[in-house]
Amino acid sequence: MAHQKTYEEINEKIKRGEAVVVTAEEVIDIVEEQGLEKAAREIDVVTTGTFGPMCSSGVFLNFGHSRPRIKMSKVWLNGVEAYAGIAAVDAYLGAAQLPENDPENKVYPGRFSYGGGHVIHDLLAGKEIRLEAIGYGTDCYPNKKVDTIIKLEDLNEAVLFNPRNAYQNYNCAINLSDRTIYTYMGIVKPNLGNASYSTSGQLSPLLNDPYYKTIGVGTRIFLGGGIGYVAWNGTQHHPNVLRGENGVPKVGAGTLAVIGDLKQMDPNWLVGLSYIGYGATMAVGIGIPIPILDEEILSYAAVKDEDIYCPIVDYSEGYPYGKSIDLGFANFKELKSGKITIDGKQVISTPQSSIYRARKIAGTLKEWIKAGSFEISKPVAPLPSADANIEFKSIPERNPNGNR
Amino acid sequence: MKNRVVCYFSAAQSEQPIIYQLIKDYDLIVNILKADINPQKEGYLVVELEGEREKYKSGVDYLKSLGIHVEPLSETVIWSEEICIQCGACSSFCPTQALDLDRETMMISFNNSKCIVCGMCLDCCPTRAIKLYFEVREAV
Repeated sequence: MAHQKTYEEINEKIKRGEAVVVTAEEVIDIVEEQGLEKAAREIDVVTTGTFGPMCSSGVFLNFGHSRPRIKMSKVWLNGVEAYAGIAAVDAYLGAAQLPENDPENKVYPGRFSYGGGHVIHDLLAGKEIRLEAIGYGTDCYPNKKVDTIIKLEDLNEAVLFNPRNAYQNYNCAINLSDRTIYTYMGIVKPNLGNASYSTSGQLSPLLNDPYYKTIGVGTRIFLGGGIGYVAWNGTQHHPNVLRGENGVPKVGAGTLAVIGDLKQMDPNWLVGLSYIGYGATMAVGIGIPIPILDEEILSYAAVKDEDIYCPIVDYSEGYPYGKSIDLGFANFKELKSGKITIDGKQVISTPQSSIYRARKIAGTLKEWIKAGSFEISKPVAPLPSADANIEFKSIPERNPNGNR
Repeated sequence: MKNRVVCYFSAAQSEQPIIYQLIKDYDLIVNILKADINPQKEGYLVVELEGEREKYKSGVDYLKSLGIHVEPLSETVIWSEEICIQCGACSSFCPTQALDLDRETMMISFNNSKCIVCGMCLDCCPTRAIKLYFEVREAV
């Protein structure tokens, strides 16, 4: 019978400082040299990493009370509005939120120099942030206005909660039109001028555990330079999509909702971004350990760039208008080499997601585990996997005023 | 012809309506890129001048006749390694590979001597780690 390990056995080895931990890149050669069986016996944990723009991110904040108390109905941090429709001095600041009076795309393409992600980064960097809030005043909360300066240390809680991160695979964006377009995949030049992709491929967490056999609700992870947890599947989690023979989805599939205490994170791993013509967002660093419980799990974690494919999608017409234009797939070995071939034309390919930083994350997580300071955790509930029957819905078109 | 120049003023010269004259008398298209001009103080003007060759030359001669120093603008691109997150997006926009993504290490490097200051990289950097600087010396 094939060798099997339990979470508890692996954690015992981590505590004793004896765990064998390798990154998702290092594991590839080890499996090729030693074979699955021997490598699965030897390796305890494979670490993954990704660092790229993840718009669906943000932070829950509790400011503490003013004297007299206020029930904040609107809140701004450095002029960027945070959602205040929760309890009196709680708010949620989204990474993609823009400042009041941002010119947006009125002068096209807009600059989007500052947004929620930049505020989160500045908070984390220990900078002073202007906090403005208004309330309508109640008997219990008579104050109507707060205008002050805060720092991260002044907050009771700052909890990073990102509803959709770590997309399992993503489109490779190209532009078939004759004008430059400005997208969340960066600037895409006309007439197949460039190709832009955004995953860390063979290092990416969910590409190394394609059926979510070890990553589930409660999994402890590297998040923003600190420790976080998988809270749930992310929004738009859609595991039942086209997959290759190796089980790896060939299109966008699973996603993760993640949570962690912002106060123990590091500004190097949560960085505000400005996409010209598109908006502001935040680069998030995530690393997930994959416990090698058996050979099957190791076989997934040993996936190589050349065996991971993503769809080539036109962002001038195909994506924005939902037109189906078949441009085929590109594999990550080609994408990382810097050139892919589309319609017989060589196209330069560059990433939005930082492989250099993804490697650093996988390496850091490896060191944490080897040093015994980071234990792996067994999911308390699984994520819906490829056998789920999830429908990827769109907004229904209905007449709110009934039939006329 | 079109050129970007830096004009250095003395305190007395800063009172003159030179832009008006360049447009009205020399028919030049004037685009002010950066300026630091204060009444009674020395200052500079970074300006793009465009017009027919002869008119351009007489316009610049006019500036020199007022004692204004006119020098070609030297611009330089600065890449800030501390701000850069090494995503690599800029490397598909740089026509001279001054900004280059090493496909092994997946790290960006910047070679100033290859840079032709086209400015293509400025907009595509999501961390705004690449900036354009006008080199302006202390005003005369």
